[in-house]
Amino acid sequence: MNDNTQQIPVVRMENITKHFPGVLANDNVSLELYPGQVLALLGENGAGKSTLMNMLVGLYRPDSGTIHVRGQLAEIHSPQDSMALGIGMIHQEFMLVGNMTVAENIVLGLKDLPLVPKIPEIRARITELSKRYGLQVDPDAVIHDLSVGEQQRVEILKLVYRGADILILDEPTAVLTPGESRDLNKILKKMLGEGKSAIFITHKMDEVIEFSHKVQVLRRGKTVNICDTKDVTPQDLANMMVGRDILFSLDRCPFNPGGVKLKVDHVVVENPSGPRPVLDDVSLEIHRGEIVGIAGVAGNGQQQLTEVITGLMRCNKGKVYIDGVDMTNTTPLNVIKAGVSHIPADRGAMGVVGDMSVGENLAMKKYRTNEISKGMVMKRSFMRSFADKLIKAFVIKTPTQDTSVKFLSGGNIQKTILAREIDSCGGILIAVYPSRGLDVGATEAVRQNIIAQRDRGNAVLLVSEELEELQMVADKIAVMFEGRIMGIRNVKETNTEELGMMMAGAVPTRRNA
Amino acid sequence: MRFVIEKRDNKSKAMAFAVPVVSFIVSLLLGAIVLAASKVNPFEAYGAMINGAFGTARRFQYTIVESIPLLMCGLGVGIAFRLKFWNIGAEGQYIWGAIGITWVMQFWKFLPVTMLLPVGLVVGMALGAVWAGVPGFLKAQWSVDETLTTLMLNYVAIGFAEYLYFNIWKAPLGNMGTPEFPQAAWLPSIWGKVHSGLYIALALVVILWFMLYKTRWGFELNMIGKNPKAARYQGVSIKRNIVLAMLISGAICGLAGSMNTAAIAHRLTKGVDGGYGFTGIIIAWMAGLNPFASIIVAVVMAALTTGAGQLQIAMKLPESMGAVLQGLVLIPLLAGSIFTEHKLKLIKKEAI
Repeated sequence: MNDNTQQIPVVRMENITKHFPGVLANDNVSLELYPGQVLALLGENGAGKSTLMNMLVGLYRPDSGTIHVRGQLAEIHSPQDSMALGIGMIHQEFMLVGNMTVAENIVLGLKDLPLVPKIPEIRARITELSKRYGLQVDPDAVIHDLSVGEQQRVEILKLVYRGADILILDEPTAVLTPGESRDLNKILKKMLGEGKSAIFITHKMDEVIEFSHKVQVLRRGKTVNICDTKDVTPQDLANMMVGRDILFSLDRCPFNPGGVKLKVDHVVVENPSGPRPVLDDVSLEIHRGEIVGIAGVAGNGQQQLTEVITGLMRCNKGKVYIDGVDMTNTTPLNVIKAGVSHIPADRGAMGVVGDMSVGENLAMKKYRTNEISKGMVMKRSFMRSFADKLIKAFVIKTPTQDTSVKFLSGGNIQKTILAREIDSCGGILIAVYPSRGLDVGATEAVRQNIIAQRDRGNAVLLVSEELEELQMVADKIAVMFEGRIMGIRNVKETNTEELGMMMAGAVPTRRNA
Repeated sequence: MRFVIEKRDNKSKAMAFAVPVVSFIVSLLLGAIVLAASKVNPFEAYGAMINGAFGTARRFQYTIVESIPLLMCGLGVGIAFRLKFWNIGAEGQYIWGAIGITWVMQFWKFLPVTMLLPVGLVVGMALGAVWAGVPGFLKAQWSVDETLTTLMLNYVAIGFAEYLYFNIWKAPLGNMGTPEFPQAAWLPSIWGKVHSGLYIALALVVILWFMLYKTRWGFELNMIGKNPKAARYQGVSIKRNIVLAMLISGAICGLAGSMNTAAIAHRLTKGVDGGYGFTGIIIAWMAGLNPFASIIVAVVMAALTTGAGQLQIAMKLPESMGAVLQGLVLIPLLAGSIFTEHKLKLIKKEAI
C-alpha cells in the first residue's frame, strides 16, 4: 500500500503523552491511519492501546500532543465531538439498553431526534444500512434477546447510522464465535471499500494477520514497531509485543496420577425458569497430580459445576466428595478449609474487592491462619511481609501493596488472584477461564503456574473456552454441552475434530475403545 | 489553563481528614447566609452559639451530656453502615433501650436496688439488639429492604413508648411519664451534669476501633461492605454477619437509650424520641465511620444543639435554627467526599 503514503491520513495523532496516577500510559506515541485501511493496535494488557483510543474519542484528554483529523487540528473534548468528526468507538462492553429494541437503541441520544420519532423512516434507514454492509439485524428485536454477535452488529449500525467513517473496535472478537468473527471481517471489508477506515485493538496475533493492513505494536506505553502486516509472522509480533521469546509449549512432569481427590457424582441443578436443568447428571473424578480440563462453549454449565463444588451454588441431586468425604451443599468456608482454591470466572466482580488494597486482597484466604493472624487479631506486619512475598513471587506490577486493586490492569488483577489462590492451595485448584483477556506473557505465567500445581500432586480442574489451551495444559478433557458431560478423553487420544463435535452436542462413536 | 478531575491511585489520608474540616467551614459559611437572611449578624450569632455551648462550665457540661448519646448512636449505626446495611432505625433501638431500663426499674422489684442499674442497662441493650436484629434477619433471610423496615420500626417504637408512658406504665400522679427511678439506681455523676456514661461511651470507642480495624471480624465486615460477592466466595457468611452486625448496632443504640434515661430523665416520658438516633446517622457519616473521629463530630453536633438555645435567648431566633445549621453540615460534606478519591489538577495549555 505504498500509494497510501501520498494521501493525507484521516487520523494523525502526534507525540501523545498521557499520565495516570503512578502510570505513564502513553509516552510520546504517534499514529497515522489512512482511508480504506485497517490498523491493528497490538500490545499486552496495560500497554496503553485503549488509553490511546479513548483520547481519540474524547473520553480522556492527552497531557500533551496533538490530534489531526483529515488534516485539520482537532480538539476532542467528548464523544460527541469525536462523533461530529466521524469517529466512533465500539467498546468491549457494549453500551446498549437491554430492554429496548434495536431501532430505539440506534437512535437513542441522537441530537436532532424529534419529540415523536418517525419510526418507519428510521426502520427503513436501518434496513438499508444493514443490507449495504451485510449487518443482518431485525430493527424491532429487543436487545437482550440478541446474541453477543448480533449486539455487536447493532453497535456498528449505531455508528454507521450516525455517519461514522472511522471505526475503532476494542477487542471486537473477544466475545465472538469463530463464525461470527468471519462475518465481522466481511462487514469490515465492505466498509473499507467505501473509503471508511478502522483501528482495531487486539492482543491476538491471528486476528492481526487476518484483519489488518498495517500493525502498530505498543509496549508499556511506547510504540515498538509499525509495519505492514504482510511482512510479519505471528512469532515476530509476539516477540515485539512482550520483548522476549514466548514459549509456545510448556514443560511438565510425566503424567502420573494418584488417588481420587475430587469426585462429582451424578449432580443435578434444576433450572426453575428454563426447559432443561443447568447441570444434568454430571459425574467427574479428578486424581492427585492430574489436570482435568472442561471444554465447551461458555454457558453450558461449566461455571455452575465449579460453583457447586465450591459451595457457592446448591445442587438438587447428586453428591460431591473431597478426599472421600461428603461435601455436598456445604458452606464455601468448609470447602476452603478442605483445601480447595478457586480462580473465579468473573475476576472483578468476585475475585477481588476492588476498593481494598493489593495486600489485603492477597490476604483474603490466609487471614484466618497463623501466617497473618494471632487468634482473632490480624497482624498488619505479618500481612505486609506476606503480601510483599507474593507480589515478588508472582511479579505483580503495582505501585505499592497499599494501592487499591481496582487501579491495576486486568492482567495484574488476575495475577493477584492467582497468587492468593495458588499460595493457599491445599490439594485442589479450580480455575475458570484463568487466561481470558490476558496477554501472551500473563497467559503463559498462568498456565505454567497451573501445571506446577499438578506437578506438585494437586488435583486441578481447568475450565476454558480455548481448546488449544486445554490441549496444551490438561491431561484429560471433559466436554460440556447443555449441562451434560458429552465425554471425557485423554488429551493424547483425542483431537480437535472429536472435541469440536462434542462441543456442538454430537456424541462421536469411539474408535475401538 | 484548565482544571481536570483525576482519580487518585489511592484514597488520600490527608483528604480523608481535610474534607470534613473544610466541609464544616463551608457549612458555617452557608449557615452565615441563612443567619444574615434572618437579619442577624452571623459573627454575633456564631459567637452566641459558642458561648452557649462552651461559655461556662455548666454549658460545657450540657454539651458533653448531649454528645454522649449522639456519639453512641453514631457508633451503633456506623457498624451497620460498614456492611452497607442502612440502619436508619437507631431512634427506635434507642427508645427500646429506654423502655427496657424503665421496665426493670419499675417492675423488677425482686432485685436489690444496686442491681437495678446494671441489669437495666443490659436489658435495654438486649431490647435494642432485638429491635435491630429483626430487620437484619429479614434482610439476611429474604432480602427485605432494610431502609424501609428500620425506618418504619422507629415509629412503632415511638408509638409504643407513648402508649406506655401515657397509659399502662403512667405514674399515679401526673398525666404522663412513668414513676421516677429510685435515686440509688441513677447513673452517677462524675463532673456536675456530666454522668459516668461518658466512660462507657469512650470505652466503646476504643473497643469498636479495635474490633473494626484490628480483628478478622473487622476485615470480614470491610470485605462484605465493599464486595459481598467476593466476601462470600472467600468463605465469609453474609447472612450471619448482617444479623450479627445489626445485633451489635442495636445493642449500642439501646445502651445509649437506657443509659441516657438512667442519667437524665430518670423515667420514661415525653421527649424520649429526641432524635439522637437520626443525628447519629449524620455523625457516623461525617466521621467516615471512624470511631475516634466520631467523638469530635458528636461534640460539634451537640454544640450546635446546645448553642442554639443561646441563639434563641441572645439573638431572638427560633431554636430550630440549630437544626437548620446541623442539616447544613451534611451538604458540603457529601459534595466534598469526591476529593478523597479524586484530585483536581491544573493543566497549563501548551503552545501549539
